[in-house]
Amino acid sequence: MAGNCLQAVELTTSGRPVLLPTEIECSLLSAVDLECEDLPNFPHLKSGLLILTTHRLLWLPDSTTTIPTASSSASAIPLAAITHIFAAKKSIKSMFHSPRLRFQLSVSPEGRVPDSGSGSRSVVVTVVVRGKSDLDAFLSKFWESWRGRAWEIGDEQGSSNAVSGSGSASSSGLYTREGTVRMVGVSGILRKEQEMWESTDKSLQDAFQDLNALMSKAKEMVMLAEKMRQKLLSGSQPNDEELGSKQEMQDWMLSVGIISPVTKESAGAQYHQQLSRQLADFVRLPLERAGGMMNLIDIYCLFNRARGTELISPEDLLQACSLWEKFDVPVMLRKFDSGVMVIQNKSHSDEEVFARIKTLVMKPDALRTGISASDAAITLGIAPGMAKEHLLTAESKGLLCRDTSPDGFRFYINLFPEIDPNDLYLVKDYGIYHTWLRAASASG
Amino acid sequence: MQKLGDFKLPQFFNYPPYFTLQPVRDTREKQIQLWKDLILDYCKTHHIFVIGLEDQDFPLFSNPAIERSLTYEAREAFLSALVAQGRAEWLDKSRRKCLVLWHRIQDWANIVLDFVKDNGLEDSVMTVEEIRTGIESRGTELHGIDRTVLMRALKMLEQKGKLAIFKGTTADDEGVKFSI
Repeated sequence: MAGNCLQAVELTTSGRPVLLPTEIECSLLSAVDLECEDLPNFPHLKSGLLILTTHRLLWLPDSTTTIPTASSSASAIPLAAITHIFAAKKSIKSMFHSPRLRFQLSVSPEGRVPDSGSGSRSVVVTVVVRGKSDLDAFLSKFWESWRGRAWEIGDEQGSSNAVSGSGSASSSGLYTREGTVRMVGVSGILRKEQEMWESTDKSLQDAFQDLNALMSKAKEMVMLAEKMRQKLLSGSQPNDEELGSKQEMQDWMLSVGIISPVTKESAGAQYHQQLSRQLADFVRLPLERAGGMMNLIDIYCLFNRARGTELISPEDLLQACSLWEKFDVPVMLRKFDSGVMVIQNKSHSDEEVFARIKTLVMKPDALRTGISASDAAITLGIAPGMAKEHLLTAESKGLLCRDTSPDGFRFYINLFPEIDPNDLYLVKDYGIYHTWLRAASASG
Repeated sequence: MQKLGDFKLPQFFNYPPYFTLQPVRDTREKQIQLWKDLILDYCKTHHIFVIGLEDQDFPLFSNPAIERSLTYEAREAFLSALVAQGRAEWLDKSRRKCLVLWHRIQDWANIVLDFVKDNGLEDSVMTVEEIRTGIESRGTELHGIDRTVLMRALKMLEQKGKLAIFKGTTADDEGVKFSI
């Protein structure tokens, strides 16, 4: 008889404990003492087998060495009555002692472990591990089982709530009270693993089903979005009402990530409008500093750097710039023949730049050796890339001629119109040809 | 004034862009025009009938004074323009050799006629080589004329009935019987 404290454990004829319907063994420790200083009538449980199950902590006397006595017989502590498990204390002292494990138990005022419910009194029980066992592993399993609260599931079938794979549906009826035990501890653990795999497999399959479902839904969504986009494109006469809902539709599509194709005809989504204005304001100062014209890529970098967060994409930038046509802003987007895109002040005049280039290129040095993009950049006070664009534009207008040689890529004033095709040797006394000749002859 | 042999070079020969094929259409057209004239004049002065594009020595295509020379592409562009105008012909399909007609064939034909008249050869017979290199031809433009060009001129005259070409007694040369 297990004293008055702990619950009794039924044993089979071969000394195995009879487990509850859904109870599964989790861990074993041998040569274990159970002590409780707080309870005077705590049984004397020394050097026995401690079995951790999903529901209880069982202490069985070691049948080989101990003769079951009245005071030390198979006892059980239901995990439900445990209120706290203490962490393993590691100290210098513990190095010399046997490893200990302590937990707090809730008992009735008399010191009995209640069969159900919780008692009003709290005592501390110590598990002393005399033998060579891995207490840490046991401790973690102890936690698991205790947390798992398998006893609350009761007679329910097929609950996958419990920790450590208590696939209870399949395990109910595995243990009988008659004593025929179909599973022993180790295979119980194996079984648990098996069930865990099975349930994982099943949930994976379900997940993939979901994925397939998701994909087919996504396809539908994309088709729907496409249809809407087409509808917006084809757009019938927009009266105010329709325009409003069109606007909504555009906003919605924009938030989904689809750029509305209608932006060129309509005023564009609000986002782009606001961005466009903001950009126009921002661009004013850098443009001044750069001499009135700036590469779009440079603007992109500057703008995003200024924003810090919420960076805009290149497409957004391009959209924003294209919208400037609709507003009254002093800047414009311009695309050169070479494909380079720049932002320039509306007040910027090509003619003025050409006049400056012409002055530059008529200087004696320039007449002799021409100018490069960097020369022009320095004189005009703009970036070399911009200078090159200007020179190319001037060339296309017939103001300049190019000269490619091992020395590089340079531009000269265009003399060809000045040469009389009927008299190749004629050089008038005035004009560009004459000036050039003087300069060219002056060099050594 | 710079010269290439006897040929006087115009001032714009020292203008570096002259040696770069210009991309802008209007400018290029002017450039081509100037090169065409220059080539014809030069060839006429130096009696050059054939230009090889790969020929590095053709002096007109480079100007050491300004360290520039025409690229192959540029040479081909200018000569093609001459061909299109009818003042030159490609001698091969790969366009490596060009026959320059600084006189048109028609003009050469007239020169032959004048030559015949000047020398009183109206009813006589001459070999083609004699027309080309004979004593009578010395001092005239016919002297040293490219054989292909001469044959073309003679054929043209033959069609007009001014002469007849026949195979000579020797296997090499052909003869011409004038009947102006």
